[in-house]
Amino acid sequence: MRSLINVVKGDAKKIFSNTDKRVVNGQSNVGLGGVGRSKKHESADKHVAGEAIYVDDRPALRGELHAAVGQSIHAHANIISMDLSAVKAAEGVVAVVTVEDVPGHTDIGPVFPGDPILAIGKVEFVGQPIFAVAAISYDLARRAVKLAKIEYQVLEAVLTVKDALAKQHFVRPPFTMQRGDSKSAIANAEHQLSGEIVVGGQEHMYLEGQVSTAVPTEDGGMNIYTSSQHPSEVQKLVAEVLDIPLNKVLVDMRRMGGGFGGKETQAAPWACIAALLAYETNRSVKFKLSRVDDMVMTGKRHPFENNYRVGFDRKGQIQGIDIEVNGNCGYSPDLSDAIVDRAMFHSDNAYFLDQATITGNRCKLNTVSHTAYRGFGGPQGMMTIEMVMDDIARYLGKDPLAIRKINLYGKDDRNETHYHQKVEHNNLSELIDSLEQSSDYQARRQEISQFNANNAVLKKGIALTPVKFGISFTVQHLNQAGALIHIYTDGTIHLSHGGSEMGQGLNTKVAQIVAEQFQVNVDTVAISSARTDKVPNSSPTAASSGTDLNGKAAEAAAKTIKQRLIDFACEKYQVTPEQVSFKNGHIIVGEHTFSFAEFSQIAYMGRVSLSSTGFYKTPKIHFDRASGKGRPFFYYATGAAVSEVIIDTLTGEYKTLRTDILQDVGQSINPAIDIGQIEGAFIQGMGWLTTEELVWNEQGRLLSNNPATYKIPAISDAPKDFRVTLMPDAPNREHTIYNSKAVGEPPFMLGISVWSALKDAISSISDYKISPVLNTPATPERVLMAVEAIKANS
Amino acid sequence: MINSTIRFLLNNQVVTLENIDPNLTVLQYLREIQFNTGTKEGCASGDCGACTVVVAELDRENNDQLYYKSINSCITFVGSLHGKQLITVENLKEKTKLHHVQQTLVDNHGSQCGFCTPGFVMSSFALHKHNKTPTRPQVLEALGGNLCRCTGYRSIIEAAITTSVDVDDDSFSQHYQTTLATLTELQKLPAPTLTGNSHHFIAPKNIDELVYELAQEPKPILVAGGTDLALSVTQNLATIDKLVYIGNVKELTNIEQTDTEIVIGSALPYSQFIDVLHHYYPDLGEMIERIGSKQVRNTGTLGGNIGNASPIGDMPPALIALGATMTLHVNGVERTILVEDYFVDYKKTVLKPSEFIKSIQIPKPTANQTLKLYKISKRFDDDISAVLAAFFIEQDSDKKIINVRLAFGGMAAIPKRASAAEAVLQGNTFTKESVVKAKLALATDFQPMSDVRASDKYRMTVAQNLIEKCYLELQCHVIETRVVNYA
Repeated sequence: MRSLINVVKGDAKKIFSNTDKRVVNGQSNVGLGGVGRSKKHESADKHVAGEAIYVDDRPALRGELHAAVGQSIHAHANIISMDLSAVKAAEGVVAVVTVEDVPGHTDIGPVFPGDPILAIGKVEFVGQPIFAVAAISYDLARRAVKLAKIEYQVLEAVLTVKDALAKQHFVRPPFTMQRGDSKSAIANAEHQLSGEIVVGGQEHMYLEGQVSTAVPTEDGGMNIYTSSQHPSEVQKLVAEVLDIPLNKVLVDMRRMGGGFGGKETQAAPWACIAALLAYETNRSVKFKLSRVDDMVMTGKRHPFENNYRVGFDRKGQIQGIDIEVNGNCGYSPDLSDAIVDRAMFHSDNAYFLDQATITGNRCKLNTVSHTAYRGFGGPQGMMTIEMVMDDIARYLGKDPLAIRKINLYGKDDRNETHYHQKVEHNNLSELIDSLEQSSDYQARRQEISQFNANNAVLKKGIALTPVKFGISFTVQHLNQAGALIHIYTDGTIHLSHGGSEMGQGLNTKVAQIVAEQFQVNVDTVAISSARTDKVPNSSPTAASSGTDLNGKAAEAAAKTIKQRLIDFACEKYQVTPEQVSFKNGHIIVGEHTFSFAEFSQIAYMGRVSLSSTGFYKTPKIHFDRASGKGRPFFYYATGAAVSEVIIDTLTGEYKTLRTDILQDVGQSINPAIDIGQIEGAFIQGMGWLTTEELVWNEQGRLLSNNPATYKIPAISDAPKDFRVTLMPDAPNREHTIYNSKAVGEPPFMLGISVWSALKDAISSISDYKISPVLNTPATPERVLMAVEAIKANS
Repeated sequence: MINSTIRFLLNNQVVTLENIDPNLTVLQYLREIQFNTGTKEGCASGDCGACTVVVAELDRENNDQLYYKSINSCITFVGSLHGKQLITVENLKEKTKLHHVQQTLVDNHGSQCGFCTPGFVMSSFALHKHNKTPTRPQVLEALGGNLCRCTGYRSIIEAAITTSVDVDDDSFSQHYQTTLATLTELQKLPAPTLTGNSHHFIAPKNIDELVYELAQEPKPILVAGGTDLALSVTQNLATIDKLVYIGNVKELTNIEQTDTEIVIGSALPYSQFIDVLHHYYPDLGEMIERIGSKQVRNTGTLGGNIGNASPIGDMPPALIALGATMTLHVNGVERTILVEDYFVDYKKTVLKPSEFIKSIQIPKPTANQTLKLYKISKRFDDDISAVLAAFFIEQDSDKKIINVRLAFGGMAAIPKRASAAEAVLQGNTFTKESVVKAKLALATDFQPMSDVRASDKYRMTVAQNLIEKCYLELQCHVIETRVVNYA
């Protein structure tokens, strides 16, 4: 086994749980705020006092204008003519622009072209921006855009995945990953099953909608204040749209009111349009989307329609499988190539598929272009194989947990994925055993049988589902990060890094890492905005990688300065490096002890540079897409959840009664923040699979376009009994920052346990003989229809 | 006499509004005029709670006490603040010391992105002003209208459940008597008005003043809670030329009881009568707890829920099933009709020009009567019903059904009784066979539609199954049949 680095001593075997009051009440905040402590979120005091400033809260500059866009009313049409005279004449309107007014690039597709900033002669989804207005108020801008007279030639629209498949209507070419000969393995297996599932998309519903303010600068440049997970991309696209060099565009991103992937590429269009209008008017322009506009005009989690054919033995162990995942990408590529790839990479979830063929199609539909969302296709990929587990279990008359267990990846054999990466350091077997015990799964399974026997209307179900999630951007070059640290002469530290804070506690964790390096109080480490002039060419804060990448970069910067301080101390005080140590806010140099502030001043007087950048790139990773082989992931994050639900067989209503989670976050940098991420991700995953239903009508118009019709989990949806524990004594065996593991996305997929538990409850009506088809979201309507289908069958 | 300003306390300062467009919402006023950006806009439609503020007003029954309530500032017109105290998140902190409800949220790691947090703080503040030791169900009821996308709520619940110790020390408690005195004085002022941008607002204080306003041209739009009307402004960008706020009309904000009836003023918010109704009809009380959110129940009214004649309002089917009546008033003339007879067609009613709903009369239950209510929606908190079923059944000593009213919302263009299904049950005992027949009959009563909330098939199936559920519940009171009771 590889030796561990940087392990903070003392807490390694400690168990952190959300039932531990010291964790949840923040009482482990005492002392220096280094790594491993439940330091409160750096902005917590400001959040609760209404003092945290979001983009829309910034004071307006003199003459600041407000933007709005005119939107397509058709899913697919040519624009025959456009009369904007009434828009221009409307009260308060200062400027109206179309794509003709764009000085530079008109396509702002983030990876592949396909996303015009404003429509170019045709529209490809309902809500597509056609022209933009700047007016003296938010309301006047929104009113003005309704006055346009646009003549369309309506074209045939592709609005279903089935139609897109039939027409081979793709945004990117299909792709297959293969290991062995699945066709023969399935044919030769003792049993065969097949099935299909429709997996719904998901609206991000960040509480703060998309917003950007563009401020023209004196040298023809632009300063952008934006709510974006990817400031560097906003910088690049604004520069390209305005046809100016990148060094004239500054993007400043202090915090987002939630992102979840929805502000990775989807923040840029509004920044670009604001910049275009600011360029036209030479005035500051704010573009804030109303909630409905946000829901109509920005991409969502990809809906998928997947199918499988599996061969397995009498124990239920998979011999071979074919899986096809079909992503509804919407009208343009956006990030869909990588998203469908990730769905394919995660079609195994935690299970050894042996001989497997995984095919992924990237269907082009005339809807908004679907985009990154927590899990990035992984959740949609996992749904198929979790369905397979349930289907095999019912077919063989076994508990689905038993089927899941015997299909897990092995340690020394049965450990190669369908993309030929070896699954190393696999702890899922122990993790599941531990959770099965702590959640009392077997006893509760018995109690549930009893309950179901005694209740005609209400039925209970339970399920344990695991998650194995690959950590790294599968696009290799994104796996890099930079940081910049300054130490001032009073010993306070300013830290910049390329990551962006969206609530996940990234700034808090990275500050803890720097504080740990210097052994100073974390409150002396200030982080302000992510700015493109502080750390250039940053990657999006996405793929759960924020702390892994930026934490390492900040550590590198801190180490550089630390070494300079040590070298200086050795020279000035004639000691050896071993005689210099950082401890408890002090620097000990031989027999001398200085406060960190004192020594910073001394070092400054000694002309030591107290500023440094740091850089990190993830090692080991590679993937050859042509052969479908490689090691796309640095490591895997794992976890499992047990959920118990109750359903009403007359109405389809349900409730999650209890959820137990055991998550491997490696050596936690901040247990309270990690637990918060796990709880929030689980509930968001549960929402995706239960109440959150996107509905488009037959003309391609989104009907669930506001929070009155699109229902994310509310407070009563949280399980009353909700136990989250961090896997104890589980430092990451890879050399990650303080041997921690990524936590942002992996627990999202623990929500699958609720879906599987709902199916368990429904299946109880058939005495567990039928595996119900339960497409998602499993709304009360779908649950009732699944119940009625079983009743009709028996 | 007319008072051409709106006056209220903004935190502990009296402010006077003049020459401001009365279409302005409280949220816009705070953010764009006062530059108090602590209160956030999440949806501008009253669905997320990020904009929650607290309004303190003289308690309806005890005028020497203040009543604190959470409201959605995004769908509240600024004129309705007259004579009240508006409390915002920036003012809870005392110098550098966080308020109890803020500190417990920090201690429990209850904020992540922080955007919903001010709203949760304010909902929790209102809760703790009246209840220092809230239980989990009380917390869920108070915070059900606040959405959080980051935390999963566990930490927020634990924070809100924490017993408050120093709520009496906050600046609002310290200024309690001054606030009472100020609000009492403001209430004595003549009916306030506000005019700006050629739009008008007036808040008459009694029926005579209201009748006078209704006689004027242009015809005004009546607003009580405004939880629906305000959406036409914030979502559809409409402007209303003249708003008449009826929340201060004395005769419309009463609640009275006779031996046989509960009489509820049309402009009285839900939260003011929920307890009375819960006492007589537990199912009704529980259903009202699922109408909108706490913020909506603090401002929304029976008159509004009936008056806008939505096919998916929750109260009309319940009132129809109960045989409730409503009193309409036009220019000094009153008439009383069955709630059932109020609805003509989609959004069409029997209301005459200048006529308004004065009160709703709900009969008190007698022996052998049962009211069963079922609200079917995707989410338990703050959701609009796919189907609302209200069953009123009166049985004689032989269990024969002598009086039955099955009313549904979401099944037709108006809230409507299922006459064919009723005919099956009327005069018979409730049996498995009669349930089957009633379910079949129901299919002739309604042809529901498919929309974003549910398909026609689901609506019909669930409506039919609810008759079966009602039967099962009447057969056996012991076995739990409702998932909502686990929530």
